[in-house]
Amino acid sequence: MTWDLRGRTAIVGAATAHLGTAPGYSHMEIAAAAARAALADAGLTVKDVDGLFAVSMHSVFPALTYAEYLGIQPRFSEATIVGGSSAVIQMLHAALALENGQCDVALIVYGSNQRSASGKLHSPSGAENLPYEKPYRLRSPIAGYAMSAARHVHDYGTTREQLAEVAVAARLWAAMNPEAFMRDPLTAADVLGSRMVCDPLTVRDCCLVTDGGGAVVMTRADRARDLKKDPVYLLGCAGGHTHRQYSMMPTLTTTAAVQSGRAAFAMAGLTPADVDVVQVYDAFTINAVMLLEDLGFCPKGEGGAFVGDGRLRPGGALPFNTYGGGLSCTHPGMLGIFTTIEAVRQLRGECGERQVAGATVGLAHGNGGMFAHESTALLGTAATL
Amino acid sequence: MSEQGPDATYFAYLAAKDWRIPKCRGCGAHVFQPRIMCPSCGGEAFDWVAPSGRGVVHSTTVVRRRPADGGDYNVALIDLAEGVRMMSRIEGVEPADVAIGMPVTARLADQDGDTIVVFDPAEGGR
Ligand SMILES: [Zn+2]
Repeated sequence: MTWDLRGRTAIVGAATAHLGTAPGYSHMEIAAAAARAALADAGLTVKDVDGLFAVSMHSVFPALTYAEYLGIQPRFSEATIVGGSSAVIQMLHAALALENGQCDVALIVYGSNQRSASGKLHSPSGAENLPYEKPYRLRSPIAGYAMSAARHVHDYGTTREQLAEVAVAARLWAAMNPEAFMRDPLTAADVLGSRMVCDPLTVRDCCLVTDGGGAVVMTRADRARDLKKDPVYLLGCAGGHTHRQYSMMPTLTTTAAVQSGRAAFAMAGLTPADVDVVQVYDAFTINAVMLLEDLGFCPKGEGGAFVGDGRLRPGGALPFNTYGGGLSCTHPGMLGIFTTIEAVRQLRGECGERQVAGATVGLAHGNGGMFAHESTALLGTAATL
Repeated sequence: MSEQGPDATYFAYLAAKDWRIPKCRGCGAHVFQPRIMCPSCGGEAFDWVAPSGRGVVHSTTVVRRRPADGGDYNVALIDLAEGVRMMSRIEGVEPADVAIGMPVTARLADQDGDTIVVFDPAEGGR
């Protein structure tokens, strides 16, 4: 049996920290700064946290590392590591723990200094022996996404121009976000003409490598109503995964977002047509195409035409990655927490120039590994309860 | 090669320049990557058989690299005639000329002292 989690818990605090470059700061300092800011956003302090949900590219014991650094001894801790999908599926785990009384204040936290520390996408999975793939020097993760893109082009006629439009739309949103790392104008010609990294993806089809941290705070709905900001309710949340190694992905053009999306929408009692703002993990431009298909925003195979008509841009029919996403705002290794934070900010009406008027339902979607783990959360204002 | 797991068995065969993959005695499915249980039927008994070597490129990419670092190279997923998929690369052709649907043939190659499986475009391929 399942019990009804819809609207039973809420996000009461959300914050970023040190987005962009943070030379001189450790990943723990960045994560803690985000945690402190998210708790302050809720009118709470670190001392109130009794449930910790941590993930990191830099630690194999992230819950232990961050709890020690924050000086807390939580009653309930977990550190689900499913790549960039982690923070989104951790909202489901936090909701279960809150509902079950295992904790009263849940902190989901992430931080990375990967840009300043090495300038490269950092990965704890580098330590994992993958003997069936290693000899072929798969450039991870981009080569996997490139092979999905190549297959999508082959099977459905998706074009590089359609992929480029995802990056162009992200940059237009980023131009309105003071936190965004890249805000200069970007054209489709710029994307197509930039350095090829793994065919058919150029460097402008790829997410940024930045520093940065993010955190969200969750409580049960009754307590949420007494805190500082209007609660953003968790209406639905679900995950799924299909493989670990890219060569074991069952179908290169279809992800577990089919499963996570269907389950999250069912829990929320909503459909894609009900969503006002969509925040999807855009590690690469192909992510937007495939994940919008899998989440049910358009039929399989039509994602290229769907994103290619300008609907993701400001003023378009589908406000998408309204902070600029991983492509233009920030990408400190794992983006899941940032898709959630932007959804919360939009539903609170805090987004200034880039605010989507009257947004009441937001979707945050995390993606981990090479299209390996997918997690979907539906968030709503009090009006959606 | 009995007192070891299927991973060690696979790489022991390869080291002996003998490419073999497990075939389930229960349902007849070829299993790759090797497992202690057949993903299709749960069977635990396998025959180690030599694949035909015939395959088709399922997807491909060119990993771009500066000439000073060794130049561009290919990474591909190959659908074997035995019904399983593996990662490898296509040699003997420019990386950018490898195409989805291209018929390929397996060959054993030496790389840094290890025997690995690579592929060439099939003779008389389409
Ligand atoms: Zn079997």
